[in-house]
Amino acid sequence: MTATIKINGEECSVSEGTTLLSACREQGIDIPTICNAENLSPVNTCRVCVVEMEGSRTLVPSCSRQAAEGMVIATHSDRVRRSRRMVLELLASSVDLSRSEADLLGWIDEYEADSSRHSSGDNLDPPATVAQPVKLQDSLYVRDYSRCVLCYKCVQACGEEAQNTFAISVADRGFAATISTEFDTALPDSACVYCGNCIGVCPTGALIFTTEFELREAGEWNEEQQKVTRTVCPYCGVGCNLELRTQDETIVRVTSPSDHEVSHGHLCIKGRFGTGFVKTEPDTES
Amino acid sequence: MELLSRTAQATAEELSAIAGVLGERTEQSSPRLKRRGASRRTLLLPVLHALRDEVGYISEGAVQEISEQLEVARADIYGVASFYALLPTEPQPSTTVHVCVDMACRFTGGQRLVDDLRETTGDGGEGDIAIHESPCLGQCENAPAAYIERTGDSRFSLTGTTTKKILESLKSTDASSPDASDATNQPLRAYSIGEAQLLRRIGIPPKLASYGDFYALRAALENGPEWVLENLEASQLRGRGGAAFPTAIKWRGVAEARESVRYVVANADESEPGTFKDRLLLENDPFSLIEAMVIAGFVTGAQKGYIYVRDEYPLACARIEQACSEAVTAGLLGNQPAGGDFSFHIELRRGAGAYICGEETALFNSIEGYRGEPRSKPPFPTESGLFGKPTLVNNVETFANVPLILNPKKTGAEETVAQETGAEEFIQVGTEQSKGTRLFCVSGACEYPGTYEAPLGTPLSDLLEEAGATESARVLLGGAAGAFVSQDQHDVPLSFEDTSAASLTLGSGAVIVIDPKADMSDLLGRITDFFADESCGQCVPCRVGTVRQKESVARIRTNGSDPTELALLDDLDAVMTDASICGLGQTAASAIRSARHTKIFK
Repeated sequence: MTATIKINGEECSVSEGTTLLSACREQGIDIPTICNAENLSPVNTCRVCVVEMEGSRTLVPSCSRQAAEGMVIATHSDRVRRSRRMVLELLASSVDLSRSEADLLGWIDEYEADSSRHSSGDNLDPPATVAQPVKLQDSLYVRDYSRCVLCYKCVQACGEEAQNTFAISVADRGFAATISTEFDTALPDSACVYCGNCIGVCPTGALIFTTEFELREAGEWNEEQQKVTRTVCPYCGVGCNLELRTQDETIVRVTSPSDHEVSHGHLCIKGRFGTGFVKTEPDTES
Repeated sequence: MELLSRTAQATAEELSAIAGVLGERTEQSSPRLKRRGASRRTLLLPVLHALRDEVGYISEGAVQEISEQLEVARADIYGVASFYALLPTEPQPSTTVHVCVDMACRFTGGQRLVDDLRETTGDGGEGDIAIHESPCLGQCENAPAAYIERTGDSRFSLTGTTTKKILESLKSTDASSPDASDATNQPLRAYSIGEAQLLRRIGIPPKLASYGDFYALRAALENGPEWVLENLEASQLRGRGGAAFPTAIKWRGVAEARESVRYVVANADESEPGTFKDRLLLENDPFSLIEAMVIAGFVTGAQKGYIYVRDEYPLACARIEQACSEAVTAGLLGNQPAGGDFSFHIELRRGAGAYICGEETALFNSIEGYRGEPRSKPPFPTESGLFGKPTLVNNVETFANVPLILNPKKTGAEETVAQETGAEEFIQVGTEQSKGTRLFCVSGACEYPGTYEAPLGTPLSDLLEEAGATESARVLLGGAAGAFVSQDQHDVPLSFEDTSAASLTLGSGAVIVIDPKADMSDLLGRITDFFADESCGQCVPCRVGTVRQKESVARIRTNGSDPTELALLDDLDAVMTDASICGLGQTAASAIRSARHTKIFK
């Protein structure tokens, strides 16, 4: 079944049930997204992908709204642009986005989101932010929730959308809401199995490899000198694909392509972290 | 995924509280975590309540035990408990006093009461009493109000209260009978303009003997589901919870749904500041709600109904439980109610301190044992609601209208099964697009605060006059999510269409009367605090927007306004209203916007 919808005045035919986001992208229209990922089902929490739909009182999230016959959509009206700018501004004013994906930083410029508007005068408390100490609890992950935009992707990847471990959830509510283990238990004491799928989906650098964290802290992280090599995980017969990011001949991050038919972007602890052998010299004396 | 080994052990006391809800533990060799839809997860909130009631808080050991028994992850359980204001995850003093600081209670010194109690009791520590500031407790007609929880003992409300009264109530030990949770002994304060319909039983003991038989149910059984739907359609009844959606469309939608398992839900999570009408009905006329729900079960084919009552209404909970058990005994609820060829059971569920759970899809998540976060719509509840099944969800007052529409003959022994439609009588009252009467909750600066039943379309000024408010009083209509009424709008007819045309809303029926000399700046600050406190945190516009709105209003209160600040408020209004997931965020800027339009706030 196809549906005819109108996007920015142009009629187009899409298969019924496809999301408005996919429909727009098929037309070559760029729509920003933060919480959306192609290997996870939409949670539509960030609201940056909203579009205007005729007949709807409010804007609608394009990532989850399905196309239906006769829909009339505007993707870049003043009203849409204003909401997108504000979403970006609200995030930029409360979260450290400096290590976010390039797209997100680009949209902040494109939509002229000005987070400085939310600052206070000298006589009042500074505006609320999610700033908090970095969690360094093991040798594999670093969790820095002062960079967390609460996109729910890590919770999805840890839970029923990939790993089925359920080590983390959203805790508390409102502005205090945060990603947490039970009672904020340290990760090694939680149900975490260190698959690293949460890191794989994090869009803001709140969850990163310890190797990456240490290079960044030392000012030695240099993406221009990095190389990405695609290969197949050597551990078992499943055939997950790996993307090995290397700097100075050292593996600094392991990801998996989200469109790969076997791994869908997700890995296990071995594929994600078990790469130490690559640089281990064979013991020639024995 | 298999569960990890135990990290903490539940105490004997905790095990007993858990067993009270889940039954004695059956040993499982290897419990496994379930995906969404696991059936026992719906017991999560009841078991967390049992721990709060009996032990005082939810410990790591208790979470471990529940995790194994319900097969829900520990992190998930913690995520749920920490979502609710009334489910602490740390040890608590044996007594917690929640003092209302919203609206009418604020005007009558709620905040002073908090300060005074903190000083007198020490707030925690040796006094073993915690003092919490609370959002509206739904007792506005008898302000100021407090809600008291005592571990291992009863929970009850106190109204028209003082520090002395609260401290004395804590000494008494006879507060454990259901009706003692009404330690208020306050008048009911129910009034009507014109003939009372919804309120006609207020003041009569809430017993089945005084309610009479379920005559409307019998009429429905005699005439069939289609007759009920046609009557509802003819009545043009619209929802009384706030959104004013045509009730018959929901009923028909569920009745004609493709899936066979369906649910009926009564939304009794009345939490809009300044709203208390549903409490009055729940406490004093529980059978109207129960009868309406049984009819809904008959019409929609649902076999199970839930009444989700906010936890701060202990008396309402007790009266509903009592009424359900009376109805079951009388054969009017349960298997083959009134001899009908169907079954319908009702379960009472307690909220746990979250305004957002009044949003219907958040309410479903709460019943299912998830965080009370709203879902994205569509799909709408009639298609995919509670447990993903077609669900009819109505507000308490909406349900209470149904027996009236089906059986207009009203008084005790004279009641008979209706032969003709009551809908015709129903539409005689009201306006073009707003039929019937409506319950208005009048509170604040007036002589006779209370619940007023008035025909829809009654001018606001008439209501204010009845309540003894001065002409110069300001009015906030529809609660914190509503709007301030300007002086030249005081004669606005209280109908859906007239309020909408005046950029106002009837909302939940809250009519908050404010002394013209009251500190409006303080009230506006409190409204912005309320939304920031009650946002679920799921979407960015509401999670961050409500906080930024609160900060912006605080800056204006301190430093005065300037065009930059007002432009910022406009932008915050736009993003919250336009891009939030649910009604909370979409209305979080409403009161501030109207305060600017009415020049309360420049």
